[in-house]
Amino acid sequence: MKDEEKTLQSPFRRRFLQGGGALAVGSALPLSMMSSTSLAQAATGQPRTLTILAWYGHAEPDIVAEFEAKYNCKVKPKYYTGGDNMLALVSQSPAGTYDLILSDAEYVPQLRKAGYLERLEAKDYAFDDYFPEFQRFPGHWDGNDLYAVMVRFGFLGVAYNTDAVPESKARSYKVYWDSAYKGKVGHFDWYLPNMGQVSLYAGNKVPYKLDRDQFAKLKTVMKTLRPQVAGFFDYGGTFSGLKNGQLQLVCGIGDWITGTLARSGAKVNSVVPDEGGLQWTESLSIGKGTRNRDLAKAFIQYITSAHGQVKSAKMLAYPALIPNRKGWELLAQSDPTEARRQGMVLQGHSVMDDIRSGKITFRQLPVQQSIEDWNDFWSEYKEGA
Amino acid sequence: MSSNTLRRRWPLLLPPLLWQLAFFLLPLLFLFVISFWSISNFRLQPDLTLKNWDFMLSRSAFWSAYGHTWVLALGAAIVTTCCSFPAACSLAFTVPERTRKLALMFLVVPFFTSYLVRVYSWQAFLSDNGIVNALFGVLGIDPLPMLNTNFGSLVGYVTLSLPLVTLVQTMGLAQIDRSLIEAAQNLRAGPVRTLFNVIIPLGKPSLVVGALFAFILAFGDFVAPTYLGGGAPPTLSNLIIDTTKSGQQWPRAAVVAIVMILTLVATSLVAVRLAYGRRK
Repeated sequence: MKDEEKTLQSPFRRRFLQGGGALAVGSALPLSMMSSTSLAQAATGQPRTLTILAWYGHAEPDIVAEFEAKYNCKVKPKYYTGGDNMLALVSQSPAGTYDLILSDAEYVPQLRKAGYLERLEAKDYAFDDYFPEFQRFPGHWDGNDLYAVMVRFGFLGVAYNTDAVPESKARSYKVYWDSAYKGKVGHFDWYLPNMGQVSLYAGNKVPYKLDRDQFAKLKTVMKTLRPQVAGFFDYGGTFSGLKNGQLQLVCGIGDWITGTLARSGAKVNSVVPDEGGLQWTESLSIGKGTRNRDLAKAFIQYITSAHGQVKSAKMLAYPALIPNRKGWELLAQSDPTEARRQGMVLQGHSVMDDIRSGKITFRQLPVQQSIEDWNDFWSEYKEGA
Repeated sequence: MSSNTLRRRWPLLLPPLLWQLAFFLLPLLFLFVISFWSISNFRLQPDLTLKNWDFMLSRSAFWSAYGHTWVLALGAAIVTTCCSFPAACSLAFTVPERTRKLALMFLVVPFFTSYLVRVYSWQAFLSDNGIVNALFGVLGIDPLPMLNTNFGSLVGYVTLSLPLVTLVQTMGLAQIDRSLIEAAQNLRAGPVRTLFNVIIPLGKPSLVVGALFAFILAFGDFVAPTYLGGGAPPTLSNLIIDTTKSGQQWPRAAVVAIVMILTLVATSLVAVRLAYGRRK
């Protein structure tokens, strides 16, 4: 745990894969490609089924159709909403139920400790194509043992209606308290991103590592926001609230929702405020007891390849940033407009600059309090007490 | 019933008994049992602890949600009963038999579409920039906040229960002996007096049972308070969701569910007594 905390606090000091690892990756790539080819060739009979536990969108045709055709398989999803929901589904299912588990990065250590994940071989995956910041992502490794591969990420900041809120105001979380937007501020109904954002606003540089006084202050600051709040919404509610103009500001989300809405012409946007933003991260692991380990590995290789990463970046359900540098290059060639819109450009200011400047903090589980402490306060807050 | 008859008929009674056992009593028993279990590493662990009961019942948030849910459900029962009654009276007393049957069939039509879809479509009407406020604008009335309010939740509840309550009321009112209404009119009772002294007392069972249905549906509904009420303040169904999100606290959620069931059982008993109790 200490090791994880340490890496969480200094995400940019991580070293690149050790030389041996990098060599192994290089030598393993042709092997893995051979393995993939043989997989595809062998898959001429009855289609196999690859089960995946994931957020909605990860097993839709825009993402998996090509993989299914190549490997003569059917990717069968079980969708969840929120990390706790995911943990419940995993913990209540027999081993082997899910070949692949897509989880938010902060839940990977819990999955690993509970024994729900298979250990992965680092050499199987194209880490040398990743930006250095993402090669040894916190919580994905236990020493030198790998348990998850980062697939995509995004930032959480201030989501706003561009007709109602000027960007200059949205550049600070303070806008949530602006009397002009009373009753127009919504919360995405999950304590973690909301309390993390207000924690940043309250001046906590490490928003999830709070001592008793800092936690008490966070609660006090949050309570002052409650009169501004219209309600607490799930994905669908947030989506429709922003679309029909009922909500002009939403706390706890980012481009993963506003980007999808903007694609359909809604006047919404997300910015990372001056106080800093949070990073959500989605990673793939292989579920313990899988009977399709080879296929699961092939899927991770597929989606983390430059080609798969472009698909992931443009996922219809919700767009995201991608950690693969070669994916950025391919996106810039194939869809420069989207590359620019998401800030994944290799020349000029990019989202990597925001990360490197320290403006972005990884979203994580509470460090010094329990999940229940935070969630119980969230319930109280919703009650308006 | 003689023992011979009972012996001959028990195979017919067996399916409903097994059904109730498998899909009601056993799950209920399991719900009750897990309320004493604990959670370890996001997994349910068999246990015998009162911690979950103590934790939930000592929280002000629980009792606030309880009161809020009760008031909303009661409001839904009253509003739905009042909205349904004129339609039910018309169907029971004024339209021909054939029209009534047709109307009753149409009352079932809303159930052909998903309740969630119907609730979502209300957002287009109730939002600040929605259809209702646009009409208010035409009439020179300032826009009213309706979405993400208790009013919004109430609209959802009425949407859910109105067809069923109208159906129950119509069936009940149609059973009233017409000669009693005619007798009241022959004795020069006006329409209002006939309504309050004859129709409502005689139709009481269907009115109360209809209201009870509305109460039960609203008390446990998650969709309307979430999508039309904005999820704040939370109802008990919202609280169950929050509780399961909080470290997978299914035992605590079971406590909330059991309290909800007990409340509904108590309310049903009172309602049945009110509906069928004899006047002294």
